[in-house]
Amino acid sequence: MNANTESNNLDQMDFGSRQWMLLVLPLIILAVLIWMFVQLNPLQALIGAAPPVEELTIDRFSLSSDGIKAYVINGGPDPVTIAQVFVDEAYWNFSISPAAELPRLGRAIIDIPYPWVEGEAHEVVLVTNTGVTFDGAIDVALETPIPGADYWLMFAILGFYVGIVPVGLGLLWFPLLRRLGKKGINFILTLTVGLLVFLLADTALEAIEISEGLPEVFQAVPLIFFAGLLSFMALVAIGRQKETATSDVPRNKRLWLATSIAIGIGLHNLGEGMAIGAAVALGEAALGTFLVIGFTLHNLTEGIGIGAPVAKDRPGIARLLGLAVIAGGPAILGTWIGGFAFSPFWAVIFLAIGTGAILQVVYEVTRLLFESNENHQLFTWPNIAGLTLGLGIMYLTALLVKF
Amino acid sequence: MKWVNWLKEKRVSRRDLLKISAVGTLMTGANAWNSMQAQTPAVAGAHPVSHSEDVFGVMGKVDYQQNGFDPNDILQDFDYGTVSQLENGQTLREYNIVAIDKEIEIAPGIFFPAWTYNGRVPGPTIRCTEGDLIRITFTNGGEHPHTIHFHGIHSAAMDGVPGAGDGMIHPGQTTVYEFSAAPYGCHLYHCHAIPLKRHIHKGLYGAFIIDPDPNRYTGEEQQIARTRHHESPENAEFNEMVMVMNGFDTNIDGGNEIYAVNSIGFCYQQDPIPVSKNQKQRLYLINVTEFDAINSFHLHANFFDYYDHGTTLTPTLKTVDTIMQCQGQRGILEFSFENFEDGMYMFHAHQSEFAELGWMGMFNVS
Repeated sequence: MNANTESNNLDQMDFGSRQWMLLVLPLIILAVLIWMFVQLNPLQALIGAAPPVEELTIDRFSLSSDGIKAYVINGGPDPVTIAQVFVDEAYWNFSISPAAELPRLGRAIIDIPYPWVEGEAHEVVLVTNTGVTFDGAIDVALETPIPGADYWLMFAILGFYVGIVPVGLGLLWFPLLRRLGKKGINFILTLTVGLLVFLLADTALEAIEISEGLPEVFQAVPLIFFAGLLSFMALVAIGRQKETATSDVPRNKRLWLATSIAIGIGLHNLGEGMAIGAAVALGEAALGTFLVIGFTLHNLTEGIGIGAPVAKDRPGIARLLGLAVIAGGPAILGTWIGGFAFSPFWAVIFLAIGTGAILQVVYEVTRLLFESNENHQLFTWPNIAGLTLGLGIMYLTALLVKF
Repeated sequence: MKWVNWLKEKRVSRRDLLKISAVGTLMTGANAWNSMQAQTPAVAGAHPVSHSEDVFGVMGKVDYQQNGFDPNDILQDFDYGTVSQLENGQTLREYNIVAIDKEIEIAPGIFFPAWTYNGRVPGPTIRCTEGDLIRITFTNGGEHPHTIHFHGIHSAAMDGVPGAGDGMIHPGQTTVYEFSAAPYGCHLYHCHAIPLKRHIHKGLYGAFIIDPDPNRYTGEEQQIARTRHHESPENAEFNEMVMVMNGFDTNIDGGNEIYAVNSIGFCYQQDPIPVSKNQKQRLYLINVTEFDAINSFHLHANFFDYYDHGTTLTPTLKTVDTIMQCQGQRGILEFSFENFEDGMYMFHAHQSEFAELGWMGMFNVS
């Protein structure tokens, strides 16, 4: 009886001081060892009089009639003090908030009352107290949009043309899709996979490209993979859940697939919208017309992709419109974010999530194709032809938007 | 991909943008998008910052106390040495110069790990009369080998270069440079240890002024020599200044981030040099700027006579307002603000870049 009680006690572990000791001891030893390392500083001989490692990144600029604002982040291991600022090789007055010394990962906004010249390039150089310089380029100086009715509308129209218009127009082929037989639908689905694979590569590469401008400390490239993987897994899990809940009604299953394609494309378009908004805000507005048209054509195929899974069904106009808004609407949101508050960090995160979402859709559509094939064969010639056509269309229309 | 390319690389020039925009306009014709573009006057018509006058230059002030030298003092801080007479009647001037590694503030808040002569950049202004015997005891208190190489006439052993005489003076060692001062003029001295470029731009240089000995000249030349000779009363007719044009490469990229005269960027902009209308001005100007082939001096609202190297008693250039000097070149400028209105008269390098990176100042004439 007694012995029993005792072992029970041990099992349930009213955590005694001995146990606490065992838990805490390694941590104490660790703390002591770290303290000793810092005290002994065995690397001192190697470091010598080496200056501190300084790493500043100018995240973005905003230009107004008051001058130039530079948004700075310290991505280095040590605090950095900004001593002076020169613009186009001329030292200039500035004010810096919250403080001239930026702690690790600290941010600051530098106000420079510099008479920038519209349409021309400027270079802003920050000089730290050790004389190290960090520079940022304003490629084309234009007043940065401040949220006002004009700009909300302008960006909304950009997003509308890039997102909703092409997706909606693509969906207009829906009646045609419905006339296709099973083989036809399958072909369109493989074409969809082709275009999605293109978007997958495109979105991932865009994320990686923007990430190059971020401070090293954010480890942006691994972050892209993790965020992409997580969004992929989360969406697949949600898909499974939906599937179980709606397993009796294949129609609903197909609708969910169409919806998840719309979500994936929507996230992609969010990133695309952000890039466009930022580009316009950063002075590339002159490119706008040409590129918006390019994107409109480029994204037309997206609508077909969304429509394909539900082609057999007869979803109402409202439902199709809803899909168009899910897939295209985020482009409007994206242009607003990109235009008014572009943040390379969040752009990378959104694009990474978009990558995962597109991957999920590729996965789901492929699975659908796999299941619909009697021999469970994926690499049939018609499938490969559809995939190639999808990739080809995207590649060719992308020629309109690449230089 | 798409857009980001342009955000990050400067591949698309303004001209390209215009071209592309023209293509875009052609493609779309008169559509809603065009009218949208036309409707954004906030972008197109915005007038950038008003050109305020007090917004350029550096922020704050250099702590001269901490630096141990003040550029306002360096202007007229002539070091005549410890003077004695030799048996043969020659004047002996003895100097002690020590090379010291020292961090100096070269613009407000920007610190530079300098190598200095006697803790200041430029080093002490050595001033003497032609024919004087100059004896310089040089001790290297720095962490690298250094020398002093004088521009002037001397023996090979006194040249202060590697491989001649005592060659490079290693940390802790001492040597003596000795020679008779010649020719008269506005000269300089600098470290000639290798690598030369680094040893100079780190701060090892100074002015070396040899006054003409009036006794060696006659007539009008003698009168001029008297005004140049620091021991003659006529020298007081002139307000004399020393300006050493220099620069600092703070980020070690082979270009200067700070340009200055007497080391501190914008120092005479912040503290204009007081100048009297009733006195003639003589400026000993020396260029030791590294990385840039030439530097220059431009005086506003006035003209000056220029004596290249200071080795003549008549100007080598008359009535000019801008001169240029290559690395190591120097000369004497003479000008006057007699009958001028009171006010601030600017001077600066006429390379606008140098000027706006620190090499500009003001004469406060009254």
